[in-house]
Amino acid sequence: MSLFDVAFYVLAFITVGSAIVVVSSKNIIYSAFALLFTFFGVAGLYVLLNADFIAVTQILIYVGGILVLIIFGVMLTTKAFDVPIKTETLHVGPAIVVTGAIMGTLFGVILKTRWFNVLNVQWDGTTKKIGERLMTDFLLPFEVASVVLLVALLGAVIIARREKVKS
Amino acid sequence: MPEIFNMLIASFIPLLFILIYAVVILWVEIKVASHVQDRLGYMYTGGFHGIAQPIADLLKLLTKEHITPANSDKIFFTLAPVLVFASSYAAYAALPFTSTFIAANLNVGIFYIIAITSFVVIGILMAGWSSNNKYSLLGAMRSVAQIVSYEIPTVLSILTVVVAVGTLNLQEICEIQKGGISSWNIFKYPPFMLITFLIYFTASLAEVNRTPFDIPEAESELVAGYHTEYTGMKFAMFYLAEYANMFLVSGIAAILFFGGWSSPFGKFLSSPGWGVFWFVSKGLFFVFLQIMLRWTLPRLRVDQLMYVSWKVLTPISFVNLMMVGLWAILK
Repeated sequence: MSLFDVAFYVLAFITVGSAIVVVSSKNIIYSAFALLFTFFGVAGLYVLLNADFIAVTQILIYVGGILVLIIFGVMLTTKAFDVPIKTETLHVGPAIVVTGAIMGTLFGVILKTRWFNVLNVQWDGTTKKIGERLMTDFLLPFEVASVVLLVALLGAVIIARREKVKS
Repeated sequence: MPEIFNMLIASFIPLLFILIYAVVILWVEIKVASHVQDRLGYMYTGGFHGIAQPIADLLKLLTKEHITPANSDKIFFTLAPVLVFASSYAAYAALPFTSTFIAANLNVGIFYIIAITSFVVIGILMAGWSSNNKYSLLGAMRSVAQIVSYEIPTVLSILTVVVAVGTLNLQEICEIQKGGISSWNIFKYPPFMLITFLIYFTASLAEVNRTPFDIPEAESELVAGYHTEYTGMKFAMFYLAEYANMFLVSGIAAILFFGGWSSPFGKFLSSPGWGVFWFVSKGLFFVFLQIMLRWTLPRLRVDQLMYVSWKVLTPISFVNLMMVGLWAILK
């Protein structure tokens, strides 16, 4: 087993193991913190695939932004961290059907795709290429995403702003 | 397995540096504080000006009992200091100490440092929450709100430098600035790079919770902030991480604006060995500046803190970024 394999299995174990904790934990704050390790593992897998820019972006956006927001949300919700939130198993039948369908689709895609080995690919920086493609071929999706984010930002400001009550 | 052996050595050097530097800076901080306040500070331990005092302090911290509060969350309480230190240590991997040594020469170096230090935020939240103490939780929340707010001017000022040099690789950023004091980034695009540096330095003070932005640890209001309940070695880990972060932001300032390991005299004294000297002394200069500021300035209020970040630094750094971008296109 090479170093690459060891790294892959360690990262895969971290990702899957912490993801199981996220969904099965009884305490919501444990789930939130376990998500940290899931994101870390996924970022590590990106690194193994030579996608350095995506890996770092994954950590910056998910750990630095979204996870902090989730934990803040949990902590600021009154007493949410004192009351153990019950996790129950509901709707077993539909869940099995939906997850089975998704798993089948993924398996189909995995088996049909012609994979290439990352170890054989010439290592190359991805940042510049991503930047160039975003500014040329994928300019429209890029701009649409920025408009969507702007709308979300404005919406958040309007909801959060407290109008002064005229007395 | 020579590969693994090399990796271990490469990762061990920054750790060794952090430990030695922390012991030295512990002494410097106390001595500077004392002299600013017109007193002598340590004078007895180890003879000359209490030079062995940090070692004595360290031994004391090592032998102290670990107290874990009864109602705390045991796992996270132990994990938090490790996470905080691990993330600032991980950031050192991308710091080029000299032209021939960098633990990991990443193409996305500076971006990686910004991302990996966000683990500090999670670690602080974890520490504050797991202590089960209202002062700890309040301190953690303040700290995180501050770090997240000030990340925006920091990242924007780093982005300005990246626009000017055209690479994210820290080693390449240093290479570009080779050839004496006049080719340092701070003198490019006058006066915008100077403004960028001032924004970066101010925001980085807030990022590492130093005065005037140390409201997360305001003794008069919060006991000691998120590490109130910590004792012994776990407490020392937080301190070590804080000092490591101080050098980290100073080192980044030195690399981005002051040439990193490149000599200020062009070819003179520019061998790799001297590179370490230049980089470390530039970094230590900014650490010294941070310490001086800590004992000179009063603390900001929470609302003033947010005002400075969102209404002063962020707009200025946006304008700055646009001006440098425009200039870079026209050139």
